[in-house]
Amino acid sequence: MASLIIKNGTVYDPANNVNGEKMDIYIKDGKIVEKAARGAKKIDCNGKIIMPGGVEIHSHIAGGKVNSGRLLRPEDHKKLVMPKTKLTRSGSGFSTPSTFMTGYLYSKLGYTTAMTPAMPPLMARHTHEELNDIPMLDKGSYPLTDGNWFIMRYLKDGDIEKAAAYAAWLLRSTKGFALKITNPGGTEAWGWGKNCKSLDDPVPYFDITPREIIKGLAEVNEMLGLPHSIHLHANNLGRLGNYETTIDTIKVPSGTKNKDRQTLHLTHVQFHSYGGDSWKNFESEAETVAKAVNKTDNAIIDTGNVTLDNTTTMTADGPMEYYLQSLTHFKWMNRDVELETAPGITPFIYSPKMSTAAIQWAIGLELGLLIKDPWKVLMTTDHPNGGPFTRYPRIISWLMSRPARDEMLEKVNAAAGKRSSLASIDREYDFNDIATVTRAGQARSLGLSETKGHLGIGAHGDVAVYDIDPDNMDPSKDFKGIEKAFSAAAYTIKGGEVLVRDGEIVKVTYGNTYWTNPHVDKSLEKEVLSDIEYNFKRYYSVNLANYPVQDKYVKNPIELKIDAQKVGA
Amino acid sequence: MKEIILTPKELPDVGLIAETITPDLFAGKSIGKIASLLIFAGNQRKKLGDFFEVAGKSADDASDTRIVIKGDITKVKMVGKGTKAGEIVIEGSAGMYVGEEMRGGKITVLGNVDSFAGQTMRGGELVIKGNAGDYLGAAYRGDWRGMRGGVILVEGNAGAETGLFMVGGKIKIKGNCGTFAGVHMKKGLIIIEGQTPERAGAEMTGGSIVVMGDTDILPTFAPVNEEKNPEIDGEKLKGTFQTYSGDHAERGAKGMLYKFV
Amino acid sequence: MQESLSKRCTVASDVVCPFCGTLCDDIEVDVKDNKITDVRHACRIGTAKFFSVLEEGRPTKPLIRKNGVMVETTVDTAVKKAAEILKKSIRPLLYGWSSTSCEAHAHGIAIAEEVGGVIDGTTSVCHGPSVLAIQDVGCPSCTLAEVKNRADLVIYWGCNPMHAHPRHLSRYTIYPRGYFRERGHQDRELIVIDVRKTDTAKIANKFIKVDYGRDYELLGAIRAAVNGNEINAEVVGGVTKEEIQKLAEKLKNCQFGVIFFGMGLTMTSAKHRNIDNAICLTKDLNRHTKFSIMPMRGHYNVTGFGEVLTWQTGYPYAVDFSTGYPRYNPGETSANDVLQRGEADAALIVASDPVAHFPRKSVEYLAKMPLIYIGPHHTPTSLLADVFIPSTFVGIETGGTAYRMDTVPLYAKKVVDGPKGVLSDEEILERIYKEIVRGK
Repeated sequence: MASLIIKNGTVYDPANNVNGEKMDIYIKDGKIVEKAARGAKKIDCNGKIIMPGGVEIHSHIAGGKVNSGRLLRPEDHKKLVMPKTKLTRSGSGFSTPSTFMTGYLYSKLGYTTAMTPAMPPLMARHTHEELNDIPMLDKGSYPLTDGNWFIMRYLKDGDIEKAAAYAAWLLRSTKGFALKITNPGGTEAWGWGKNCKSLDDPVPYFDITPREIIKGLAEVNEMLGLPHSIHLHANNLGRLGNYETTIDTIKVPSGTKNKDRQTLHLTHVQFHSYGGDSWKNFESEAETVAKAVNKTDNAIIDTGNVTLDNTTTMTADGPMEYYLQSLTHFKWMNRDVELETAPGITPFIYSPKMSTAAIQWAIGLELGLLIKDPWKVLMTTDHPNGGPFTRYPRIISWLMSRPARDEMLEKVNAAAGKRSSLASIDREYDFNDIATVTRAGQARSLGLSETKGHLGIGAHGDVAVYDIDPDNMDPSKDFKGIEKAFSAAAYTIKGGEVLVRDGEIVKVTYGNTYWTNPHVDKSLEKEVLSDIEYNFKRYYSVNLANYPVQDKYVKNPIELKIDAQKVGA
Repeated sequence: MKEIILTPKELPDVGLIAETITPDLFAGKSIGKIASLLIFAGNQRKKLGDFFEVAGKSADDASDTRIVIKGDITKVKMVGKGTKAGEIVIEGSAGMYVGEEMRGGKITVLGNVDSFAGQTMRGGELVIKGNAGDYLGAAYRGDWRGMRGGVILVEGNAGAETGLFMVGGKIKIKGNCGTFAGVHMKKGLIIIEGQTPERAGAEMTGGSIVVMGDTDILPTFAPVNEEKNPEIDGEKLKGTFQTYSGDHAERGAKGMLYKFV
Repeated sequence: MQESLSKRCTVASDVVCPFCGTLCDDIEVDVKDNKITDVRHACRIGTAKFFSVLEEGRPTKPLIRKNGVMVETTVDTAVKKAAEILKKSIRPLLYGWSSTSCEAHAHGIAIAEEVGGVIDGTTSVCHGPSVLAIQDVGCPSCTLAEVKNRADLVIYWGCNPMHAHPRHLSRYTIYPRGYFRERGHQDRELIVIDVRKTDTAKIANKFIKVDYGRDYELLGAIRAAVNGNEINAEVVGGVTKEEIQKLAEKLKNCQFGVIFFGMGLTMTSAKHRNIDNAICLTKDLNRHTKFSIMPMRGHYNVTGFGEVLTWQTGYPYAVDFSTGYPRYNPGETSANDVLQRGEADAALIVASDPVAHFPRKSVEYLAKMPLIYIGPHHTPTSLLADVFIPSTFVGIETGGTAYRMDTVPLYAKKVVDGPKGVLSDEEILERIYKEIVRGK
């Protein structure tokens, strides 16, 4: 924690309605304050833009399937290596970078917080071991609930309070941050090689539908008062015509309300905006999906942009990963987790000459440009599924520049222009929009907007400075310059300490791991715990006592205690 | 062609990594600059000149540059890595990874080569007068697309897993070839004039393997017919060959094995 | 149960057994006066491991070779000497790792990177072929209670769990009652495929004898049958075409099948291509039903070493740091490669005994170079050492993380104090690292 004075920069702080104002930022002991601290180091950012440190809401960077993805792809790692320096550890990996490298790469982009969105509870220990080895960032992870036997049975039986008590126990046991749902119900069906093909397709043997799972968990989430909403990877990812499932899904939790944020965070929606009924007439339905998002007041999305790279897909959506490898015949890993979920991994090459990849690329951008409110459409690549996060600067340049998109439309398969509306979109993001979709919006969605994603008093001293002179640079024309500037932060500041200077690491630190600990009524907790004990004895492969993640596994924890004792009272 | 002569001094047991020995990196450089190129000896960063006498003159273009290594470099790895043009002649035996990822030009080794020669080759010519180790013209670990172009010629024998995941190009072996020749092959041509014990074409789904000598053919290959003087990928073969399709452990396999009868 | 024990009798429960990849976590250990007096639920081998900490003559002082003789010294001196050896070396080999904690692994990897050496685990002589195969074709798998709850068909191929993983069948695969297999073994079929009728084969519903070294052909033939293609031989690997076709039908028509495999596939004839073909068979079967495959990892934390090394460097074993960034290629960078080519000039061996297991040529080289050995007992390897530092047993005297064969991570807790003055691998390695970077 340090003190710093950032002078003369042009500040973009959407959460505080600061839109390109020249002003100084003062950090004292790691927090943003009103006045300069005595003796604080000064940096002059004249001719540069200032934004809050980047906040990543959905990036597969730590855990069992991420590591299986690394194991699977030595040939990916040979392509990009990071030698050891006096300050930094070595690493390798283009689409599946090793842990130290991941932290350094994010920091060079100006990011200071990153969430890994899919933690199988049984393997939570592994996720935390990896998070501990990711430097430079504050972080957290979302335990998966989609195929969870306890959740499904409680919801099926109408025991919403027990479901909430269990979810609270799960967050506590896994030291997780938020409730993640991936292909609800489908991941349990995959235990038999099956899937849930629609929101109302019941899970074999458990006889609960995806719709009921989503609705139930949305309710549970708000009952517990968790900082983030449910984080949902909808059913039918990657399937032709899935836009209909997406539109329907948005409506599912509409009964639940939260005054501060969305009640549904729908993730990597690019993969869920597909029209057509064969890969030959595959087309974008981004317009329809964007319309629905524009209309809704309870859901926001993140994009899941495709970057047209040779990358690795990895999700907890086992049936989808199987389907994908059945199309490509590439190598494929599957790692079903007992009573919980079903991760899968397979490489994918989004070749720009391929019509489907070109359309997917267009869809990701359409969503960003057709959804009017940037607070509702956060930028991700679902790293590494759509592409590596190191491509964020390129996506920023596409969002900010119509000429950049036109240049791409010339290069990629013509289907991108013909079967999406991208070619007709003039809109160009400004820096305020970018700051919203890469920081402010992400922090708000996560329920961390008090300390993250903004530069007002009380925020953490997490700041990114980019070598862009807004008075002398036209992002629309100089899109290459935009990509270059966002690729290498002039300064990345975390807790008031300068970690990156001109794209180079100058200091290595390790951040905090956020996790939520909601407590429900004690007697309800006890009741549910005895259910848990019963089921562990019979159906899990580990003893209950060995399941919760011990304290030692979370270095530098920030525990968000939540009083949910009205639940079950 | 302008020639640079590298004469090995005493080479350490630890072996060297010498991926800087390519015509592309020598072109346009003075002898002094060439002698300063980075060589790894274990964890030590050394110079090319520490291990080789450097003489001659380089051309401005790689295509006009020939590197001649006068002696055995059995423990020197990665010579010729990524060569795009020009020539390398090794007057002796060479270490691992000779011609890895080469795209053009020609590398000739008068002696033997160790394993991984021609890994992920894209073009050019690799000629080995002696024997080759394992994984000749193979893919790197995990890569489902290996050699995709160019020609490898081995006058002696080759080791196991020649042409692993091959997707193009040609490999010709005058002597014998180790087990699993052409494993996972998708496209391209492997000709083995000697024998290969067994499992040639294992899990192949395309491409052609020709075996003149003895071999045990996998039971998942199906006899097709007899062909006389077949022409495959521009190679005119002489004699009668029993052809087999496979490997039918796979679905929809279209690989072909030609066994000389 | 307590973490650090004094002179009372206590029962430690939910103890993780630090022996094999089955990583049973239901062990109970009685401790009195800091001595283990009883062990319950563990198999014979696991029980023996717990009691082995009480072995007579267990070394408790570090040793350094002076004038050809090993003399007692302090931890500090031994650590300094070890650091000196590693710093001077131009191609140090850091090998072993399977029988210690992930926490120790992290320090070992940091040392290897700092000194620009080669770090490799016992994987390279055990399930390395499985890893190579997975990197080529992938791996459809699951955690062990998926088998317990769902499997109606279990195949053990080239492994003998009755001997090497004694509780595997009773905890995870055949005997337990699962959620969907309430009658336990009566709801399941066990098939054993091996070159001879092992003790596991004797209790199987079906035993298929395969000719030695012909597993590859048999796997390919089963695949052809599953994929609806012809087999062009009457007998493959000692099994008739009819039997192969019948087996293929059985595999296609189960509800949930799983193949467990071991050294019988990884270490014979086709090696990694055996595993490759077995994985591809599993993938083929997923077009008809649900099927998974899993390697029977031997040491209790060989999987963990692979996990830690992979997330920290990108590669699971045989990692070469000499160029400043991680490089990986078994055949060039594994321990035996580096030894037999005479490249290595110093060795740090932790939690392993290569002198007892490696080929003779490798051992000859190991004998010639300065060797640092860290482990709880003397072994043939430690007898060659120039520096010997005794350490505690993870999972008994020191807590640590271990990963089960299905990659589930568990915390293996401490149940007794180790001998006085004996540190853990983790502590020793951390000290060596600090000594190496001191003054840099």
